[in-house]
Amino acid sequence: MNWIDVGHIDDIPLRGAQIVKTSIGCVAVFRTDEQEVFATSNSCPHKGGPLSEGIVHGRKVTCPLHNWVFSLETGVAQGADAGQIATYPVRLDGGRVLLDLDEIGKRSAA
Amino acid sequence: MQKLVVIGAGMASGRVLEHLRDTAPDAFEITLFNAEPRGNYNRIMLSPVLSGEKSYEEIVTHDDGWYGAGKVNCRFGEKVISIDRDRKVVVGEKGEVSYDKLIIGTGSSPFIIPLPGHDKPGVVAYRDLEDTNAMIEAAGKPGSRAVVIGGGLLGLEAAAGLRLRGMDVTVLHIMGHLMERQLDEAAGYLLKKDLEKRGIDVLLRASTKEIRGRDRVEDVLLEDGTVLPADIVVMAVGIRPSVQLAKDAGLDCGRAIIVDAQMQTSDPAIYAVGECVEFDGNIFGLVAPLYDQAKVLARSLLGEVDAFAMRELSTKLKVTGCDLFSAGDFAEGEGREDIVFRDPARGVYKRLVIEEDRLVGAVMYGDTGDGNWYFGLIKDGTDVSAMRETLIFGPAYQGGASADPLAAVAALPDDAEICGCNGVCKGDIVSAIEAGAGDLGAIRATTKASASCGTCTGLVEQVLAVTLGDDFQMPAAQPVCGCTDLTHEDVRRLIKAQELKSQPAVWQELGWKTPNGCHVCRPAVNFYLLADWPLDYQDDPQSRFVNERNHANIQKDGTYSVMPRMWGGMTNAQELRAIADAADKYNAVVKVTGGQRIDLLGIKKEDLPAIWSDMNDAGMVSGHAYTKGLRTVKTCVGSDWCRFGTQDSTGLGIILEKRLWGSWTPHKVKLGVSGCPRNCAEATCKDVGIICVDSGYQIGVGGAAGMDVKEVERLHDARTEEETIEWTVAFVQLYREHAKYLDRAYKWIAKVGLDWVRDTLADDAERAALVERFDISQSVYQKDPWAERASPEAARHFKPLADLTLEAAE
Ligand code: SRM
Ligand SMILES: Cc1cc2nc3c(=O)[nH]c(=O)nc-3n(C[C@H](O)[C@H](O)[C@H](O)COP(=O)(O)OP(=O)(O)OC[C@H]3O[C@@H](n4cnc5c(N)ncnc54)[C@H](O)[C@@H]3O)c2cc1C
Ligand code: SF4
Ligand code: FES
Repeated sequence: MNWIDVGHIDDIPLRGAQIVKTSIGCVAVFRTDEQEVFATSNSCPHKGGPLSEGIVHGRKVTCPLHNWVFSLETGVAQGADAGQIATYPVRLDGGRVLLDLDEIGKRSAA
Repeated sequence: MQKLVVIGAGMASGRVLEHLRDTAPDAFEITLFNAEPRGNYNRIMLSPVLSGEKSYEEIVTHDDGWYGAGKVNCRFGEKVISIDRDRKVVVGEKGEVSYDKLIIGTGSSPFIIPLPGHDKPGVVAYRDLEDTNAMIEAAGKPGSRAVVIGGGLLGLEAAAGLRLRGMDVTVLHIMGHLMERQLDEAAGYLLKKDLEKRGIDVLLRASTKEIRGRDRVEDVLLEDGTVLPADIVVMAVGIRPSVQLAKDAGLDCGRAIIVDAQMQTSDPAIYAVGECVEFDGNIFGLVAPLYDQAKVLARSLLGEVDAFAMRELSTKLKVTGCDLFSAGDFAEGEGREDIVFRDPARGVYKRLVIEEDRLVGAVMYGDTGDGNWYFGLIKDGTDVSAMRETLIFGPAYQGGASADPLAAVAALPDDAEICGCNGVCKGDIVSAIEAGAGDLGAIRATTKASASCGTCTGLVEQVLAVTLGDDFQMPAAQPVCGCTDLTHEDVRRLIKAQELKSQPAVWQELGWKTPNGCHVCRPAVNFYLLADWPLDYQDDPQSRFVNERNHANIQKDGTYSVMPRMWGGMTNAQELRAIADAADKYNAVVKVTGGQRIDLLGIKKEDLPAIWSDMNDAGMVSGHAYTKGLRTVKTCVGSDWCRFGTQDSTGLGIILEKRLWGSWTPHKVKLGVSGCPRNCAEATCKDVGIICVDSGYQIGVGGAAGMDVKEVERLHDARTEEETIEWTVAFVQLYREHAKYLDRAYKWIAKVGLDWVRDTLADDAERAALVERFDISQSVYQKDPWAERASPEAARHFKPLADLTLEAAE
């Protein structure tokens, strides 16, 4: 485990996202509720749309380019579309958002 | 006999003493310190004391008699200053006491935000009897006012109590809905509505800047400049475990005093209980788990084996008439199923969250009778698959009823307006039905409802269905999306009729089936709300597609395009130079668009604020090439240059663009103004196309040249430029107020009929009113989005939250 503080939850808009640059590319950090965050790959498996720019509803995000919908928890595409995005461990400590950098490294290598 | 010393006579330690009294009354010689000048009372019931429903005497848990009978040596009103672990003594303000076993039960202290003025007389917290009495005293002054900072459990109970005592109360809450830890947005909305009904003002997303006053509190200043006069300010923003004593004594502490499952601290002679402990990373704020801790602690002291374990908690608010309940984890998600039930008429909202056939969370408002039953299912992890269909109806469920899609219409009062064109209320329609009108045609003939623009047809049909029951066959209509059974037209009408001014209000009152919509309905509802209530509703960028949120067109590679306005297609050397410089500086590709302006393509997101600022410096604003709003106004050179030009088409185009830019519309709006019927500005295929002729201006509407190619139809022939502008603005406003989201003007006109549009606009008073409403909306929305986002504070949001590329990932 290598929890890294990436910022405060209030820096992410409610039902919105922000990106964190990492050595393996951009990770999207979503805020779905006043006190809930998720982290996934920022890139849509369809044509690479930046998921952090999508509309966040419930615990899902809709890709801004062609409206594929992904679960933020499992990363699985919803409905008729087939595909999955990587999800990463993220947690809140007080208002701080912590990402597990080790896990991000591992999952991208796999 | 062993000597037991207890620090703090609170609810948790009090329960420990009760257990000891019950099981081993003679095991210890007890000394009890309490900083408050009294023994243990039911702190929870301070709220009824505040509101006047109970007296202090009624909430005392242990009186003098109780302590006397147990020979407890009470040292009330005496604070413990330190613990000397080497000598095993506790040092109180009036002297030392030695111990064999020590219990720390110091509870929490209220958190005070260190705002300027937080230490003025008149600022109180809400924790003990002194705070409560200070509030009661402030409320004694006639006409006095209170500001409560914090919209959580405590703050709202304080607000309700003060209101019952006759004060004017305003609650300030920094979050988007009340009690966000316990409630979802829908329940928070209903709670706010109920509090407002009892005269409590609630300001959400309100951030306090300063508490002001000379000798004592006089008013509260918010970040947005609002000033709220106040005789008392109650700060109820959270609690911090009281652990200084334990820390100074060198006990292991995290956020609070760390204990094991036997409630033992890092010193085996010392135990801790209540809000001052941390167990397994958790800290506490409700009494139920504290009572569990107390039992375990009493048994541990007596050498019996027991272990404390975390369990699910439920919350209620002790404000009479605000009936809410929440338990478990109620965030929605994949693998989780939501069952939502709303009864707009009774103000009831229930939401159950199911995961793998078990109930994991429940939020309820308005009807919480079954709360404990659900709580039991959550705690026990009961398999609910067999009752899945009927679960939401509670344990008493008998028959096979299901949620009623007509509930929203059934709930409308008789004076709710259904048909805006003809001013027909629900009551009028019901009377007509009762008088024999049995179908849409008959309703139209007798009341004129839905006989004009027709957008309320769906609602009239629903009133028929509600009134006639099975005798009426509903035609199938296309709902907005899976979140609702209502059509766009119904939603628009109901937003107006019921004066719904926020998203949660729409979700609740119109019986939405999801907690906060989806990517289909949210942008539509966001538009309807801002178009109908420009002064009340605040635009929600998170309900907009990426282009409108970032004010630039996203490209297939994730970069953006930047397109400044060129009013009426006119530009000059200075603007062109600035565009050329920007192209160099930001490495942009330059394209002349089909809309008479210049596009800079391939801009990186983080460069957007900088390029916008450069454009602003050269006097240019956003071209809104990305919005459902005014796009371009194409013009031709007109009478200024052209040998055939009849009027100043360029000038008129510029005036129209300057009047209309920035307004949000159901779909994009494009204009063209040509100087003569040769039509070089291609005005006849625009949403509004104006052809200048010798005698004046021919205004056409409903043109398009995209997926459908449509020629405009003639709306009106105007004699003057002024008249042309008035008709154009009024037409755009009519479109804004009535069309379905994502219907281009031509599609909307096909539904309502050009005749209706023309007749409405031909009415001088109506036309003037439309123009006035448009201008009111523009007073809010005609702002350059680039200028607003070029400031360093706003620009921050265009940068990544963090850059970890240099951090090592093992
Ligand atoms: C830049 C431009 C093409 C160009 O290089 O010239 C353009 C570019 C886009 N058009 Fe267009 N349209 C452009 C002029 C037009 C025109 C011509 C005109 O306005 O005279 C039309 C036909 C006229 C009309 O609208 O009726 C046009 C009809 C469309 C349509 C079809 C609309 C329809 O109702 O059928 C769409 C799709 C939509 O809006 O839903 C569209 C959508 C788009 C989008 C925004 C697609 C998108 O959502 O990403 C394109 C953005 C490209 C990008 O990557 O930035 N564009 N588009 C033109 C910008 C004009 C401007 O200065 O603002
Ligand atoms: C207005 C109000 C309403 C509430 N409503 C609810 C509710 O509806 N449901 C619910 O579950 N919970 C409710 N709570 C929370 C609940 O009251 C607390 O969780 C509970 O009282 C905590 O018990 P405790 O023994 O840990 O601390 P406390 O009850 O706070 O007792 C701690 C005592 O220790 C004393 N003390 C502190 N330091 C020292 C020292 N150095 N020397 C001597 N004495 C010291 C303090 O003076 C205090 O009397 C409410 C709280 C308030 C204030
Ligand atoms: S016609 Fe418009 S939408 Fe289609 S590719 Fe060209 S710019 Fe894009
Ligand atoms: S790139 Fe995401 S849906 Fe096409």
